[in-house]
Amino acid sequence: MADKVRHIELGLTDQQVLDMYWYMVLARTVDERMWLLNRAGKIPFVISCQGQEGAQAGAGFALDPSKDYIAPYYRDLCLVLIYGHTAKSELLSAFGKPEDPNSGGRQMPGHFGDRKRRIITGSSPVGTQIPHAVGAALAAKMRGEDFVAYVSFGEGTSNQGDFHEAANFAGIHKLPVIFFCENNRYAISVPESKQLACKNVADRAAGYGFEGVVVDGMDPLEVYRVMKAAVEKARNGGGPTLVEAKTYRLVPHSSDDDDRSYRTREEVEEAKRGDSIVRLKQYLLDVGLLTEEKDAALRKKALDEVNEATAYAEKAPHADPATLTHYVYAEEAVHHGR
Amino acid sequence: MAVKQYIEAIHDALQEEMARDERVFVLGEDVGVRGGVFRVTAGLIEQFGEYRVLDFPLTESAIVGVAIGAAAAGMIPVAEIQFADFILPAVNQIISEAAKFRYRSNNDWNCPIVIRAPYGGGIHGALYHSQSMEALFTHVPGLKIVTPSTPEDAKGLLVSAIRDPDPVLFFEHKKLYRSIRGEVPEGEYSTPIGKAAVRREGDDITVITYGLGVHLALDAASHLEKEGISTHILDLRTLRPLDEQAILEAARKTGKVLIVHEDNKVCGVGAEVSAIIAEHALFDLDAPVRRLAGPEVPAMPFSPTLEKAYMLNTDKVAQEMRALAKF
Repeated sequence: MADKVRHIELGLTDQQVLDMYWYMVLARTVDERMWLLNRAGKIPFVISCQGQEGAQAGAGFALDPSKDYIAPYYRDLCLVLIYGHTAKSELLSAFGKPEDPNSGGRQMPGHFGDRKRRIITGSSPVGTQIPHAVGAALAAKMRGEDFVAYVSFGEGTSNQGDFHEAANFAGIHKLPVIFFCENNRYAISVPESKQLACKNVADRAAGYGFEGVVVDGMDPLEVYRVMKAAVEKARNGGGPTLVEAKTYRLVPHSSDDDDRSYRTREEVEEAKRGDSIVRLKQYLLDVGLLTEEKDAALRKKALDEVNEATAYAEKAPHADPATLTHYVYAEEAVHHGR
Repeated sequence: MAVKQYIEAIHDALQEEMARDERVFVLGEDVGVRGGVFRVTAGLIEQFGEYRVLDFPLTESAIVGVAIGAAAAGMIPVAEIQFADFILPAVNQIISEAAKFRYRSNNDWNCPIVIRAPYGGGIHGALYHSQSMEALFTHVPGLKIVTPSTPEDAKGLLVSAIRDPDPVLFFEHKKLYRSIRGEVPEGEYSTPIGKAAVRREGDDITVITYGLGVHLALDAASHLEKEGISTHILDLRTLRPLDEQAILEAARKTGKVLIVHEDNKVCGVGAEVSAIIAEHALFDLDAPVRRLAGPEVPAMPFSPTLEKAYMLNTDKVAQEMRALAKF
């Protein structure tokens, strides 16, 4: 029965934990639809969140979307849904349509951004977003505001210089930033064992003078607990935390990858048994917040939203070729010959 | 008007913009307590405190990357890269991020940062304290590249750069810091980015240049005047966007064009300037376009004789100008 009140003990209401589950299911449904569309030849590229929804949901619910900045990476579909994006916005992105709020169809899917939602625009070279989050955290400290900055990345990216440079600086100034590593065990084909000499990415935090925490990234409630503490610490002037969520990438790196060349099917099947969606569903069934009927209705709702979003996005107009040269600089400046 | 050194004008622009707008702050290596290795930021930490004059660890990529993030959260950062030679670790942040923030977000985000960097040789700085990095960045849409040659412009263009809604690279020729003095207007003013300036009116030949080259050309022109050669000099001031109209007007004025820069010739700014002239003013020319630029060697050696051989000087510029006038 102790487990029964776990979310309550963590400060989550029944509705919040159900919402968490909803966003995870919605993210998975959007993601699966993108693969179908790709295999049907309708969209050129997919990069997936599958396997990492729980980690992202736990993190997202610990943040305050009304004031906290996020610098997500390309797998953070579930996180940006929590931050206000929708199946429609992400399918518009998948089809490269100008209504896409991330980039107006200019970037590949998974390259998130939205100024009014404080989602800092991201790119493809990995790790460049880490100093951006630290810069936003610096602004919070300089202005004495109580927002925090959150940045996520994979374990492969934790090898980049930008991670080290940004974490070092954040540590020196005790900036309100959370470094969230979604360790999904593979950097495309290269396993953890060939990426890191230390056991955990979180171990690296010691070198920057702040705390590193390892958490089971397939358990969204546990991620929420760890993240909530990290966010509170950052908000109260306690400085950064490096949270490493141990997850597993359930699908190939992208639609252009074939993971059969570097990992066994048995390994992937085993990981699927620990899928965060499966685990949270079981928890909700156990505590009586969900039934199989309610779950079916919830999944149908997600599918309906995705169907509607797909139809809308597919029909939405393409970018006018005349817009190719727009927004290189501020338009006002261009008009003045600048 | 007060007479100021080039370096003082840059300092004054920073100080006045920081006093005017509390979002403006400087960050870089040794910019705070030391006041910068060239002393550009001297005294600012006493006036504005250690966060607005932020001493950074030796992390050029983070200097720019953190500036980008701070700008995303509403600040106006002016990053200093101690020597332009050391900007290379930050190139990913500058080209992949700052230059593309607006474009890749479909005008949702922008990146109002300034990156200042001293460049150029002639100060015994050898390979890694002498390079000219401007051509590398001038190729990149989304960036603005500014290279002032006078104290008045150094201040006015830095003010414009700080107020610009897009990323500006502000390259300061370090040999000009204390060797050039000039009148600087009293009070607040700005110099528009993207506008070249005629530094001398003339009829026989045109020199198009920027930075230190402007002063070499002005010196050479006064020598040539005694020989009966009249020189028209255009200071580009901004390398991206180039002032095409001013370039074409200057080329047509005399029909004979010499382009001068310290950066090496291949794919340098002179290549673009001469291409613009070839595209739009070929039949107004009376001579082929000439270029005088740094040699095709990786960088400037420490050896005094080799450094001297690398550097442009008044004699080298005058020689090219005479040859063009005689054509």
